[in-house]
Amino acid sequence: MAGTKKFSLAKLDLRGLVLPALLLLIWQLVTQSGSVDTRIIVPPSAVLESGWNTLIGGELWEGLKASLFRDVSGFLLGALAGIGLGVLLGVSRFANDFLGPTFHGLKHISLFAWVPLLSAVFGRDDLAKIVFVAFSTLFPVVLATLEGVRGILKSQIEVAQVHGFNRWQTITRLVLPAASPQILSGLHLGLIYAWLATIGGEFILASTGEGLGFIVIRGRVSFHVDLIIVGMLFIGVTGLVFNHIATRIEARLLHWRGVRH
Amino acid sequence: MSTAQSLEETLPLDGVQPRLPKLRLPNIEFPTKALYKLLVGLVFPFLLYLLWKTAAEQSWLPPQILPPPDFVWDSLKDLLATGELADHTLVSLKRVLWSMALGGGIGLAIGFAMGLSPTAKAYLYPSFSLFSQFPVIGWSPLMIIFFGIDEALKVSTITIAVIVPFAVATYKGIQNVPAKLLEVGRTYQFSFTQTLWHIALPAALPAIVGGVRQGGMQAWLALVFVELLASSEGLGYLLSYSRNLMQLDVVVVCMIVIGLVGLVFDLVLTRIEQHFNRWAPKGF
Repeated sequence: MAGTKKFSLAKLDLRGLVLPALLLLIWQLVTQSGSVDTRIIVPPSAVLESGWNTLIGGELWEGLKASLFRDVSGFLLGALAGIGLGVLLGVSRFANDFLGPTFHGLKHISLFAWVPLLSAVFGRDDLAKIVFVAFSTLFPVVLATLEGVRGILKSQIEVAQVHGFNRWQTITRLVLPAASPQILSGLHLGLIYAWLATIGGEFILASTGEGLGFIVIRGRVSFHVDLIIVGMLFIGVTGLVFNHIATRIEARLLHWRGVRH
Repeated sequence: MSTAQSLEETLPLDGVQPRLPKLRLPNIEFPTKALYKLLVGLVFPFLLYLLWKTAAEQSWLPPQILPPPDFVWDSLKDLLATGELADHTLVSLKRVLWSMALGGGIGLAIGFAMGLSPTAKAYLYPSFSLFSQFPVIGWSPLMIIFFGIDEALKVSTITIAVIVPFAVATYKGIQNVPAKLLEVGRTYQFSFTQTLWHIALPAALPAIVGGVRQGGMQAWLALVFVELLASSEGLGYLLSYSRNLMQLDVVVVCMIVIGLVGLVFDLVLTRIEQHFNRWAPKGF
């Protein structure tokens, strides 16, 4: 992927900038020509201005704070539960027979289909949104953890038995470290899904609260397209930052595996 | 002498003893094991069902929030009898199929362009990688402004969701075409179309089919989202409409149908993927 290559300014390929620049230019020209309704296709300058205003006005930070709070708390809940359930399903054959079919059945329900039910049970406030984010983190984390645990070799377990590890030691010293590459990539995926769910939850349950998604919805309701675009951009940038951080952490933590490429 | 003796010795052993367990093992033990697994797997849902039933009977929660199981069953029969459920499901499926075709086409084109031509990659890849990291559903409010809340909104939002997995899979598939194969093509002086048709496409096909599966899953995710957000028909609409009327029995029915469709999608697409993956190694 993109993160594996070393970044250097001299080798920076400017051709990648052509397409965005071209799109921007067309956008600017179209809005200048006066042939389109500038309320629907707002000029780039209006987006910049609106972006600056929300940035200065503090509205953006409030929104970002609210969204991040839901995202992170939901993610932590979902990640912990996911690793726990994944290890349980992987280590215990009985748990796998007992809970596995239910889990694998539920995972097929499209994520957002949970929102109406969750909102009916937990209301339309933060709680429902956080539970939803936790839910969307849970599935990829469980699946990845399960895959990691299943990949542990019998010989590795025998070493643990030779050393007289008890159950807890086996899990903390063998299972979790051995499955950590898969768990980390599951957490990475979970982070992406958590952000998707945070924004989606704010869109669908938009009646209350603050958040980046809420800024977008307000822009839509009041027909401020510039506000919508600003909100979208900040949602995208936040997602990018998350992704970048996650990739870095993953690379750092998995350093011990040695160079793979 | 010795051969006759060994024959005599082996005959009864060979003819009677080892064969019986060999025949019995798969015939008896396999079904009991599968049956055991099935039964154990059903215990937990059954316990949940009992809890649900008791909670509803004892009215631990108001029936608006927790409808009794019989209620859900009756709603399911009602919705099936009136054909309402089938209608909404068909509407949703149609949207997904259109978007798969549209987004799949665009995704394939982008993937092929980036995979085959370093120049196209230099121009497209940075924008594409930025685009692919945006949450797909983030586009929907903008789409509502441009397209209104009609069919175009759904198809465009789902299409965007489908493009990324298709393009990524195609691009990676072509990137991983063994260089040796391309060399062979060069030796035979294949034209561009021949290289594409006889080398790149067959070699990248398993990866592309994997992309189809990913795309199908993303499409189903985006569909439910966009139908919840703004819609007048489809499964997501039925879901959100019943939620607003607090008819949670219908909500549960919708979730079951959504889950079943997702399951069928997954099974069919995984089958296709396996089929192509099984074929792939034989090619080399």
